Amino acid sequence: MASDEDSDEDFVTYGTPLEPLEEDEPVRKPVPVHEQTVKDEKGRYKRFHGAFTGGFSAGYFNTVGSQEGWTPSTFVSSRQQKAEKPNIRPEDFMDEEDFSEHGIAPREIVPTDDFASGKKDQLKDKARAVSSLAALIPGDTGLLEELIAPARSSIGVELLRKMGWKDGQGVGPRLKRKQRKQNDDAVKVYGCAFPPNGSEESEEDEDEFAPENVSFAPKDVVPVDFTPKVDSHGLGYRGLNPLQALGGGSETGHINLFTLQSDRTTSLFGDRNSGQQRRGGIGGQAFGVGAMEEEDTDIYHKDSMSNYDNVLGGEEPGDGLYGWTAPQQYTRKKNDPKRDVAYLGRILDGFTLASQVTEIKTVYPPPDLPRDYRPVHYFRPVVDSSTVSPIVAQALQASRGRLSQDAPQQGRHSLDSSQRCDMLGETPLQGPSSVFELLGSKDRERLNEIRRAATEQNKSVENLSSAVDRAAVVASAKAAALQALSSRFQSIAPQLDSHTQSQTSPTKSQASSETQMALKAWSGPTADASKTFKPFAENPLKQARYDLYITKLKQGNKDALESSLDSSMTEWERGRERDEFVRAALLYKPSNSSLSSRFTRSKHEDDTDSVDVTRDQENDMDDKQAAVKMKMFGKLTRETFEWHPDKLLCKRFNVPDPYPGSSTVGMPKVKRDKYSVFNFLTITDSSQVSRGAPSASKPPSSSSTLPHLTPEVSNKKSRWDIPGQEPKDPLSAFLSETRSEVLAAKNQTDSPHATATPEVKVAQSDGKQTEQKTEEEEKEEDEEEVRPPMDLFKAIFASSSDEKSSSSSEDDSEEEKEVAPPASDPIQSSAETLNPPVSAQSTPAPDISRLTELKHLTVQSMPSAETTAQNTQSSHSAPAKSQGLDEEEFGPRLPPPGFIPSACSPQLKKQKKKDKEKHKAKKHKKEKKKKKNKKHKHKGKQKKRVEESNSSSDDTDSNSEDENSVVSTSELLQRLKNIRSKREHI
Amino acid sequence: MAFPQPRPQVPQLPQHLLRTIECQQGAVRAVRFNADGNYVLTCGSDKSLKLWSASRGTLLKTYTGHGYEVLDVDSSFDNSQLCSCSSDKTVILWDVASGQVTRKLRGHAGKVNCVQFNEEATVMLSGSIDGTVRCWDTRSRRYEPIQILDEAQDGISSLKVSEHELLIGSVDGRVRRYDLRMGQLHVDFIGSPITCVCFSRDGQCTLSSSLDSTVRLLDKSSGEMLGEYSGHVNKGYKLDCCLSDKDTHVLSCSEDGHVYFWDLVEVSLTLKLPVGKAVVQSLSFHPTEPRLLTSMEGHVQVWGAEPETAAVEDS
Repeated sequence: MASDEDSDEDFVTYGTPLEPLEEDEPVRKPVPVHEQTVKDEKGRYKRFHGAFTGGFSAGYFNTVGSQEGWTPSTFVSSRQQKAEKPNIRPEDFMDEEDFSEHGIAPREIVPTDDFASGKKDQLKDKARAVSSLAALIPGDTGLLEELIAPARSSIGVELLRKMGWKDGQGVGPRLKRKQRKQNDDAVKVYGCAFPPNGSEESEEDEDEFAPENVSFAPKDVVPVDFTPKVDSHGLGYRGLNPLQALGGGSETGHINLFTLQSDRTTSLFGDRNSGQQRRGGIGGQAFGVGAMEEEDTDIYHKDSMSNYDNVLGGEEPGDGLYGWTAPQQYTRKKNDPKRDVAYLGRILDGFTLASQVTEIKTVYPPPDLPRDYRPVHYFRPVVDSSTVSPIVAQALQASRGRLSQDAPQQGRHSLDSSQRCDMLGETPLQGPSSVFELLGSKDRERLNEIRRAATEQNKSVENLSSAVDRAAVVASAKAAALQALSSRFQSIAPQLDSHTQSQTSPTKSQASSETQMALKAWSGPTADASKTFKPFAENPLKQARYDLYITKLKQGNKDALESSLDSSMTEWERGRERDEFVRAALLYKPSNSSLSSRFTRSKHEDDTDSVDVTRDQENDMDDKQAAVKMKMFGKLTRETFEWHPDKLLCKRFNVPDPYPGSSTVGMPKVKRDKYSVFNFLTITDSSQVSRGAPSASKPPSSSSTLPHLTPEVSNKKSRWDIPGQEPKDPLSAFLSETRSEVLAAKNQTDSPHATATPEVKVAQSDGKQTEQKTEEEEKEEDEEEVRPPMDLFKAIFASSSDEKSSSSSEDDSEEEKEVAPPASDPIQSSAETLNPPVSAQSTPAPDISRLTELKHLTVQSMPSAETTAQNTQSSHSAPAKSQGLDEEEFGPRLPPPGFIPSACSPQLKKQKKKDKEKHKAKKHKKEKKKKKNKKHKHKGKQKKRVEESNSSSDDTDSNSEDENSVVSTSELLQRLKNIRSKREHI
Repeated sequence: MAFPQPRPQVPQLPQHLLRTIECQQGAVRAVRFNADGNYVLTCGSDKSLKLWSASRGTLLKTYTGHGYEVLDVDSSFDNSQLCSCSSDKTVILWDVASGQVTRKLRGHAGKVNCVQFNEEATVMLSGSIDGTVRCWDTRSRRYEPIQILDEAQDGISSLKVSEHELLIGSVDGRVRRYDLRMGQLHVDFIGSPITCVCFSRDGQCTLSSSLDSTVRLLDKSSGEMLGEYSGHVNKGYKLDCCLSDKDTHVLSCSEDGHVYFWDLVEVSLTLKLPVGKAVVQSLSFHPTEPRLLTSMEGHVQVWGAEPETAAVEDS
């Protein structure tokens, strides 16, 4: 039927299809009713019975009972054992089916009433009370129902109770008293109240004396009674209120038989018109006149029909709400915003409804866009000409007509701190101006040797024949230096390259821009291999190759990269290493001087990511070392830290815990993040590079070292090394070389300054000792040993440079006055002799200014015999300075000598005395100095001669020093011993 | 002020050799009086520790258990325990009577240079070349130190304990004084590697010898230098220095085979006691009497103020 070929897909079939009929098959006979069988769920046959028997088996095969018929199975017939009375329950007579889910006594888990709450459901009661009033039997409050119905409360009610809700209260936020007051115009009723209203009344009675700050639960909301209309009254007719009718309510005269739904409830609970006139006691027609009653009142109450309404809805309810809305309490005051809010819902705590309507913002239309505006911005890449190959740079320049090269001059932010410092005229930062100074003397010496070798190599390359050529070269070099300085903030790659190309071996033209940058960075004055970061420390061979590369870079070697790579490696490996090296060289390029001055040598090796650092670090050792040398133990060498002993240790030592509350042990630690450089290992961008460039092209003046920082104990060479004269920069090195060469051609006389230098140092280091001697000794010592240290210092630094020309001497003496630093700052002054003053740095020609300065320094130290006036001038200034040095050798670092107890330092008294007689001493000293200077004149001249015989400037120091150092050091030692022995004899 | 006034009678110096003890335990690394000065302890380079009678010079006991040469020893106040340290990085607490190892404490990363009991022998303090001082508890069975003082930046060469203070000299050229009562650490910078530190007996000063051949007496509270004693040779060895029993003299070993005596106040060399040709490596002054122990090479010499009658009696 359903399995037609066509309709298979079209129709949905339900049920099991019947077997297809075969035509040959005889039609089955329907099974007769008496042969049909029905089985129950256990497979047993069920019998059908007639309608009377209910359709199910009753008993044993239609019998009631068992096989034995009605014989009770429990019957025992014996004398000994009487038949017990069986405890028969109704279940015994019930069938299995009765216990199933839909049976008479289902054996399912059902909550019993025992567990339901025993309390009355107030809500229901109220509802019942409402309905009861409308019930036929007046006063019936559903007592019957209450008797029958088990008290049961829903889970919601239970939950509410758990949350603190109490029967009779409303649900919602608690209210202040006043708010509630408005709602109900409840009237006090004394005496006994009537059952339906009782609960309400008692509640409201207490409201009167509620204090201000007490909040109350909201009034319960009466569920709207949607009782169906079952009576045959008219619509809205509620019948006679039995209370009114019976309880003397009739005295009001008017009985309202019709109420609208909205005020029906209020009339029940809130309005108590009926009760208003009631008096105590029970009165009424039916009871006659009581003893307390006035006799005049009409006992026989006449009810008039005028008391009753005949019409539905006589007056407007006045609320404007036809039909049902919210309960009365909400509808009453419409203009009260708070009501509205309350009706709207709860407002969040801390918020109130705005009293005023917020102003509507005037919205202005967006500006009209220009017609050809396209909302896309194209960022033009700023390309540094040095970073990109020239072809690309040119192309870029052509494309946009501007290179980034001229940009840095405008940007304030592109200057680094030292440049800004220069512009502002601030004094440069104290401390080591370059990493180079933090080097050990050995390392420095090694570097110097490397550099020297390089410069010599350079010299051999250049073949300048005549002095004229040299002069020309000098001129050009100066011009180039000027140019370099003026374009200091820019990348000076082109100029530098041109110079280096002219000097060094021909460079590869195809050197990549990165290698050039690395070259620039590393050939700077601050470069130093030994102190640089070792990025390939894990692989010593690689690190060695890298070091080689760096050193070559610093020598200005153009093909440093290629030559330092291992030729035995494969091309691919080499290529990779080349990249790595260049990148590492760029990344770890030497920081410029102002940056490095902010750092000091690390005291600990860090190897974790974050390290515990003791909060109080011991401060720098230099001060302490100086103090130790001066034997000024005490405050200078003493440092005190907070230290927490372990509690147990205190206990064992029988000492109370000094820090009872703290849990720290040892020095207080501070967690510090440690950054590995590898965190930032990325390819340097162009901005970084351009920033690095000026540091490399810094004038050599900024990288000079302070003399007092040179370590005392070292071998000779490094000891007399003059760091300020070291060629830091290929450019400056070249300049100084050429300059000295030219001047060497001019001057034939020698000046052996170097012999004097050791004495200077001795005088410096032992300055304090010499001071401590008795005056007589001091005088002698002064005569013999204590040279004017400052002068000779300057002589050292002037030694390698040019000699003063007699023509410029007068000018120099004038200049000297200006430039001479104040004597109160000896260290500074010695530093400044190396560092040209800040203002000089910003001048366009620093090298020249430096040159002149060096000149007048020599003048200062070696006053010429010809100009006596100048002599006196210089000698005036020189002793003053030297005095300053004597007094304040370590001046700014040490506290005034007065703080040391007089008992342990008798020499200090002397010092004070000296201070008192300062003027005298000064005069004395001046005279002495004069003598000295005269004395030294001859010496000085000799020294000059010796020195100038050495033509090359760089070798001058070492050579002359080699010549003289043997004598001088031995002499020096001898003197030192003398001093010491003298002291011991005291 | 803090110094004891020089007494009217000239203080006697232990300049007479009473006896020489041949220890037969290799080089004697350190020689120490016990707490009351009746016994002598010697640390040998043959891993042994020996206890001698100071008066007779007889060997009383040999303590073996160290794995390498013994470097320092200290005895407890009640003579019941000894602590010693060794190059084998261990500190051993000995029972004196039985000669058994009570506790062997490992934890130092390098050889342990110096060891001291505190006053009540409840804590052992050991300073090692690894730059740490470890405070070992002798009362508990813990094998971990109570506290590790790792402020020094180089090896610890010497340490002394007073009532509530630890004085620690380090090769980094600083003398550190840990004040347990105040909870403070005072660091005095000396500059040269410290070889030996000690308190003065009045507890007001500290004495420190350093490798610049100088012994310095510093005021404990302020760190000011009260005296500087030089003339001896101390360039490479860890030599001892000490104060005499009455704090009148400063003593120091020297590498030229002498013991130098300086007057504490006058800072003048009072006596240059010739001990032998080799380096006087260790010395110890008797706590109450003018008696001195010096160690040189394999023997220990006992020095007294006057030629001892007992010695004469013995012979």
